[in-house]
Amino acid sequence: MPINYYIFLAISLFCIGIVGVLTRRNAIIIFMCIELMLNAVNLLLVAFSKMHHLNGVAQGNPAAGTDGQLFVFFIMVVAAAEVSVGLAIIVMMYRNIHSVDVNFLNRLKH
Amino acid sequence: MKNLLHIVFLIPLLPFFGFVINGLGRKYLTKGLIGIVGCGSVLVSFLISVWVFTEVKNGNTYIASYFDFIKVGDLTIPFAFQIDQLSSLFLLIITGVGFLIHVYSTSYMHGEEDDHFGRYFSYLNLFVFSMLLLVLGANYVIMFIGWEGVGLCSYLLIGYWFKNTGFNKAANKAFIMNRIGDLAFLIAVFWIISKVGNVNYGDVFAFAQANKFTTTDLTAITILLFIGATGKSAQIPLYTWLPDAMAGPTPVSALIHAATMVTAGIYMIARSNILYSLSPVTMNIVAIIGLATALVAATIALRQNDIKKVLAYSTVSQLGYMFLALGTGAYVAAVFHVMTHAFFKALLFLGSGSVIHAMGGEQDIRKMGGLSKHMKTTHATFLIGCLAIAGIPGLSGFFSKDEILAGAFAKSPVFYAIALGTALLTAFYMFRMYATTFKGTFRGTHEQEHHLHESPAAITVPLVILAILSVIGGYVGVPEFIIHGAHFLGDFLFPVFAASYEVLKPHEISHQTEWILTGISTALILVMVIFAWTRYSRKPDMEDAKGFGKILQHKWYVDELYEKIIVRPLNALASFLNEVFEKTVLDGMVNGVGRLVNYGSRQLRLLQSGQVGSYVLLMVVGMLLFFVFQFFLRK
Amino acid sequence: MGITQILFWLLSVMALFSALMVVTNKNPVYSVLWLILAFFAISGHFLMLNAQFLFIVNIIVYAGAIMVLFLFVIMLINLNKESEPRKNIWIKFAGALAGGCLLLVLVAALRNSDLKGQVAQVKEGSIGLIKNLGMELFSTYVVPFEISSILFLSAMVGAVVIGKKE
Repeated sequence: MPINYYIFLAISLFCIGIVGVLTRRNAIIIFMCIELMLNAVNLLLVAFSKMHHLNGVAQGNPAAGTDGQLFVFFIMVVAAAEVSVGLAIIVMMYRNIHSVDVNFLNRLKH
Repeated sequence: MKNLLHIVFLIPLLPFFGFVINGLGRKYLTKGLIGIVGCGSVLVSFLISVWVFTEVKNGNTYIASYFDFIKVGDLTIPFAFQIDQLSSLFLLIITGVGFLIHVYSTSYMHGEEDDHFGRYFSYLNLFVFSMLLLVLGANYVIMFIGWEGVGLCSYLLIGYWFKNTGFNKAANKAFIMNRIGDLAFLIAVFWIISKVGNVNYGDVFAFAQANKFTTTDLTAITILLFIGATGKSAQIPLYTWLPDAMAGPTPVSALIHAATMVTAGIYMIARSNILYSLSPVTMNIVAIIGLATALVAATIALRQNDIKKVLAYSTVSQLGYMFLALGTGAYVAAVFHVMTHAFFKALLFLGSGSVIHAMGGEQDIRKMGGLSKHMKTTHATFLIGCLAIAGIPGLSGFFSKDEILAGAFAKSPVFYAIALGTALLTAFYMFRMYATTFKGTFRGTHEQEHHLHESPAAITVPLVILAILSVIGGYVGVPEFIIHGAHFLGDFLFPVFAASYEVLKPHEISHQTEWILTGISTALILVMVIFAWTRYSRKPDMEDAKGFGKILQHKWYVDELYEKIIVRPLNALASFLNEVFEKTVLDGMVNGVGRLVNYGSRQLRLLQSGQVGSYVLLMVVGMLLFFVFQFFLRK
Repeated sequence: MGITQILFWLLSVMALFSALMVVTNKNPVYSVLWLILAFFAISGHFLMLNAQFLFIVNIIVYAGAIMVLFLFVIMLINLNKESEPRKNIWIKFAGALAGGCLLLVLVAALRNSDLKGQVAQVKEGSIGLIKNLGMELFSTYVVPFEISSILFLSAMVGAVVIGKKE
């Protein structure tokens, strides 16, 4: 598959995720769109790793593209940790103001 | 081995120390101490001036250079004093008459509080210092320092009783009119620097004598310098400040506005005599303005009722005479008249001060009369002063005024005629004032009559000394046609004016003509004196004048004219600039910047909505811009 | 068009469509479900690229654990019907516009990049196998691996601390 296809696919998914973050007001949905963005990046990384593997094998280096996939692994690790903490925060927020609307989170103004 | 005259810097330095000591210590020193410091510094300066004078008389002239005052590029202006015949003579006059007036002031100003007493003496000492700088300077810039200094002290001393707004206005008027003249003076100095390269007298005069100035240059410079002199020495058109300056204490009027500051203009022209001799156009202007001023001021004095105002206009008139002398090339006559005028005018002012003191502050001569019985010394000295100024033979005024008249005749008989007419008016108004004040019956209130007494010694002794000087002071300048070779002053001052005599080649008038002229003038003057004396002893002018006299009493309405065409438009311009320009434009601009910033910040503050969503939006937009820049705008 | 290509296009369309549905759906539970579908599609892409380990881990961790956690929280706060009041239409418009612009810019930027001719290897390549990845992970990247365990520990502690009812 020409790498361009994967690039465009990843970019599209990423931008859909951005639109979701900007457009929605529910904190949980926003969080989900962030996960979507992360996944788009993961896809791109894997595609690139295979591309490099192909080039590397042609040049005699059989283990050329593993870095990309390991990076994806770590991204998943971090995403998991982040989701747990983030959702804890959202639950706390709900407990205090009984809403998950981000427009109520304007304490940064003060 | 340096010239002994190098110590001449002490002469101005001592009054300067007096200024500092009295100025800083005025709250702590007693009146006695203040008086001693004030008078003592001038006295020591006088003694040194006497020594300097004898040195110069023995032929020792010197330029004492101390340090470089201004050194910039090609221009070096040294702080240097020039001691020659002219400056040493002026030194004597300034310190001598100044000392007498200082002594007089210790008694006259006795009623002031201690710190104001100290303030007065510090200003007076500062004035003497500035005047000394003016006459000692060896170049135009040092002279200008003194020039400005005396203007400043004039302002300070006229407005001495600062709680009175009228006096403050008079002080402002004096200073502002002086300033107009100073501007012309400065332009002349700049012109000289641009043409000659420096401002030392020696260099400038050599430059002029070598005919290196073009005619326009020389005429312009001399006219500008003369305009400066009109401001300082109260000639037309800048003379109206002098009568108003009578708001200051009487000793101030005596010192500054009779004997010294107003003669600064004469000194300056006398010093620059070669420049003037080489520009006949300016000489004519100087003579005509001097003559006109003398005449106009004399007419105004005919109808004044304040004793000091009469003397003020008399001063303006006599200054006009001196400028007439300068304009006709009779430089020695002008300097001679400066000297004699200093004596008798100071005497007259101090005498009037004594009268005012005795009358408890009253200055209107219509309320005086018959004072000769109560104040013998003041009366006698005042009479001598009046006789001197009128030009009665035997007294100093006669010799100097006669020389001026002779010079005017040598120039043109018309000048002589007008000058003679003015001399007659002088005699008339002086004796009008004398008779109204001292003769006849007393017209004041009863308390004033009880209060009448002769003034204390500190006042009368200077009067007597000045009276003696007014009598014998003329004998240093006995003219040729009376006694041959007795004009000591002319011989003494010859080196200063030698170059001018070569250029001008003054034509002598024959001795016979001189005798005739002197005879005519003396006779007419005596007639006027007797007429005025007898008329005003019997019937003094009590009511306000009518008809032509009204114009004279109102000083030819010149003040009103100036008010209308200069003061009011300037004030209107100033208030326009203040209201419209300042408030709307300038303040608007400055405030506008503030308001703009405020508005901008208020708009920007909306960005900080606290909404996380908008922050993310901005982040995305930023990223967008970054990508655009990175990929598309960078080649 | 080989089977590879068809599969690629199918999975791509599924992923894009699910993503759009996630963003535009009103009901949060439906959004979660659509997101799970999107994850499946992406995992399918992983499998096509022979990244077997990541395929499995993506399904298990992301679609399995993380999304379930989301569902738990949504149930917890009882968001079954979205009662989201009318958001400012301009903000929505601006957001969509910004995202769209970003898409356009990125696509335009990368259209003519150097990578034009390159190919990502599908169906072959042994680097996606767990054995090779493991070898690399535990030799070169062992330190980040250990640190990530500390990261998990801190995240756990953090979540518990935040969630405590004081």
